[in-house]
Amino acid sequence: MTDNYIGKRVKRTEDPRLIKGLAHYVDDISLPGTLHVAFVRSIYAHAKINNIDTSAALAAPGVVAVYTGQDVAQKIGAVPCASALPELKVPDHRVLATNKVYFVGHPIAAIVATDRYAARDAVDLVMVDYDELPIVTDVEQAASGGPVIHESFGDNIAYKLTAGEGDIDATFSGAERTLKQRVLHNRLAPIAMEPRGVLARYFPGEEELTLWSSTQIPHLMRTQVALMIGIPENKLRVITPEVGGGFGSKLNVYAEEALLGWISMQLGKPVKWIETRRENIQATIHGRGQVGDIEVAFKNDGTLLGLRYNVFADLGAYHQLLTPAIPTLTGLMLSGAYKIPAIQINITGCFTNKMATDAYRGAGRPEATYIVERALDLVAAELNVDPAEVRRKNFPKPDEFPFHTATGLDYDSGNYEAALDKAQQIVGYAELREEQRKAREEGRLIGIGVSTYVEICALGPSQAMPAGGWESATVRIEPTGKVTILTGASPHGQGQETSFAQIAADELGVNINDVTVIHGDTGVVQYGIGTFGSRATAVGGTAVFVAIQKLKEKAHKIATHILQSDTSRVSFEGGKYSVQRAAAASTTGTSEPVYPVGEGPAGALPEPETEGKSSMTLQEVALAAHLAKELPPDTEPGLSATYFFEPKNFTFPFGTHICVVEVDRETGDIAFRRYVAVDDCGKVINPMLVDGQVHGGIVQSIGQAMFEELVYDENGQLVTGTLMDYALPRASHIPDFELDRTETPSPVNPLGVKGVGEAGTIGATPAIVGAIVDALAPFGVKHLDMPIKPENVWRIINRG
Amino acid sequence: MKQAINLSVNGVSHTDEVEPRMLLVHYLRDVLGLTGTHVGCETSLCGACTVMLDGQAVKSCTVFAVQADGSSITTIEGLAKNGELHPVQEGFWERHGLQCGYCTPGMIVAAAQLLDRNADPSREEICHGLEGNLCRCTGYQHIIEAVQYAAKKAGQA
Repeated sequence: MTDNYIGKRVKRTEDPRLIKGLAHYVDDISLPGTLHVAFVRSIYAHAKINNIDTSAALAAPGVVAVYTGQDVAQKIGAVPCASALPELKVPDHRVLATNKVYFVGHPIAAIVATDRYAARDAVDLVMVDYDELPIVTDVEQAASGGPVIHESFGDNIAYKLTAGEGDIDATFSGAERTLKQRVLHNRLAPIAMEPRGVLARYFPGEEELTLWSSTQIPHLMRTQVALMIGIPENKLRVITPEVGGGFGSKLNVYAEEALLGWISMQLGKPVKWIETRRENIQATIHGRGQVGDIEVAFKNDGTLLGLRYNVFADLGAYHQLLTPAIPTLTGLMLSGAYKIPAIQINITGCFTNKMATDAYRGAGRPEATYIVERALDLVAAELNVDPAEVRRKNFPKPDEFPFHTATGLDYDSGNYEAALDKAQQIVGYAELREEQRKAREEGRLIGIGVSTYVEICALGPSQAMPAGGWESATVRIEPTGKVTILTGASPHGQGQETSFAQIAADELGVNINDVTVIHGDTGVVQYGIGTFGSRATAVGGTAVFVAIQKLKEKAHKIATHILQSDTSRVSFEGGKYSVQRAAAASTTGTSEPVYPVGEGPAGALPEPETEGKSSMTLQEVALAAHLAKELPPDTEPGLSATYFFEPKNFTFPFGTHICVVEVDRETGDIAFRRYVAVDDCGKVINPMLVDGQVHGGIVQSIGQAMFEELVYDENGQLVTGTLMDYALPRASHIPDFELDRTETPSPVNPLGVKGVGEAGTIGATPAIVGAIVDALAPFGVKHLDMPIKPENVWRIINRG
Repeated sequence: MKQAINLSVNGVSHTDEVEPRMLLVHYLRDVLGLTGTHVGCETSLCGACTVMLDGQAVKSCTVFAVQADGSSITTIEGLAKNGELHPVQEGFWERHGLQCGYCTPGMIVAAAQLLDRNADPSREEICHGLEGNLCRCTGYQHIIEAVQYAAKKAGQA
């Protein structure tokens, strides 16, 4: 054990290839003879397909094949949905539309051509004869009897679900006060900067298929695609090279992934499809998309009694992998950071003529936090007390953990007041409120928003997950002493190549540069679940940690045997097994040279010189384990350990975000003055990476709160379908963040880590909206729906 | 149909015959194999494809290869000299200016151009200079700090 790396701002080991332009994303891999695929997609939101004429496309130069829905309907299985909810309606989701299209962007035909330009040209030559059908894009209209999308279901309601504990009706009927607010969670596009992409290569001799795909879940995808196209799972290899962001949008199994694999098998050639940005916004999953009523019951002193959320969830036309499950996560987190004795969620999940919603960074939890935090602001406004104090009043105390919520969860650990105190201190809360009061007297509009969030991370115990919630790791020490880690948690920007190497380097007492983390290749890495739900470090990192302990147990036995000592007298320190001094007096003081790993003489491996030694480096033990000439009885050769970690609970990170804005009375423009975030994600492996995760998440929250919305018009056309219309935050839109932390270790895993990937998108949105609403309080504003744009603000100021 | 072009990329001369409609970014990536320059939107809105064309940062997804005939281009692969990282590259590594890395080459090239024009930019000037480049991971704060690091480093050199 050393403490050289964990907790330090270690520079990322993956960065050199990325900053030099030498990394490989899917589109950077070129195989000789690759054919290129482009898709014909529906231009209508709902239509019957009468006929598809592909003859002109087939005759076009360079076109090799064209496949339509009818060609593949019997050959490729349905796009999977892993959510198992009672009485869930699951539409038959084919990889290409068969006789109807259900949303703009719905894939209809795949063109295969010799280059990407020829494939794109031929898309325009496919003649699709449509009969337009009535559409429904508004979720409440879909629920209440609009045009039925999937006729066999009779209506558009995919499922209804009620959850929660406590006597909600009695709570509301007996409460001193209640209030109600309708809230909208705008539909968002995840927009990973690398669009999706697939390269498929079939080897007819070996009967093996390799898929390079930009995915967060290589193993789950392997299983699902194998089932869809009927190839044995052990003949399918999924490789995720560099993945350029995911945010949940690549936590899925898409039609294109199965289709490309199947086409490569038909043609016996490599085939590649790289999503265009327009396709990405139209037909990669969307996030959020809920509208509902919050009701809160509380006492005159601000004590919360009950919370009810009646919500319509806009699922889109089909279920993707986790579509119906996302609103249920909202239900789980409706207690927020507060003691609320009775909670109920009533979900109506509805089909609409849009792309499916699914897990976008936070996945149902940003909605929950937004609801609870907006509710607390409304309670504060109703009682005319400070929003921070209403929150403080309702926190569970640190000694009340594990804290049971009326949503059925047991929060692992927390000290919510400490984070609030720290954030208030950093921002100078009392002075700020005074400044705000004075500014208002001058007619200036300053607003302060407070969010004291809690989130659910480290997804999760397998009982609560559709396809396993554990994570795997193999740690091995190669004959030359280099350390190799194979993790099932394949990252896509989070930096696990560094953070997992930090864990290993400290636990093994080696230099971080001697550790390589391998991920994202099902042909090399043992089965894993993937990176999502802020789980990689808490679940995958723990698997690495425990595998190392197993490996060290074995190394300890081997070292003890070679050093001819007793286990209890051999200790491991600084990468070296040593017989304790008192017991090895004859050899103390002899310092043996330690060669840097891999710098030994070339050629044959040296024989470990162990005769008469009092200590051995881990590398020497590894070599002895591989040469296997001097092992204790009944010991397997080699030095490797694999561990599958099954967490017993989720983890519950928390924090306080305080946002300060000033609104321009003339233009309605909203300017950030301060942004303070105090997050508690348990123990921190690399503070620099944690800061990066928090920054990125907050800025996605800024996007949701102020810029981003997927707008479908009355014909179901996506009018914010390019980056010109779908407004992402840019560098000039962000505040200068002031970050700090508190550290409450999680008891759920031995590292004490909780997770931080989604904290920003969960905690920040209500702070930003709260600040803007607070700035506009002089106009009687108590709530505004997102995105809050200058035009909305200007209208409020100028309505007289 | 094809037209001959002659250009210098990262100091190496190339002569090729290309379709007039071939985008510069596809020429760099598919013909020359310089895949460090990425395509993020095909509409010049995201900046992932930014390269230097005769000293100007341009979005190579909206320049035809034939338009670059006779020009001198620097891509991300050409920024490091003699194995030494460009100060902006170093800044991105030191200050954690990247996560998934996809926007990074374009962001680094745009930042290098920014520093070429203004060796000591304010935070506001950095933000303004990078408005044409989208990043979805970092929230920009560490990118801004990376550029500040590079400016300081270059100033000391």
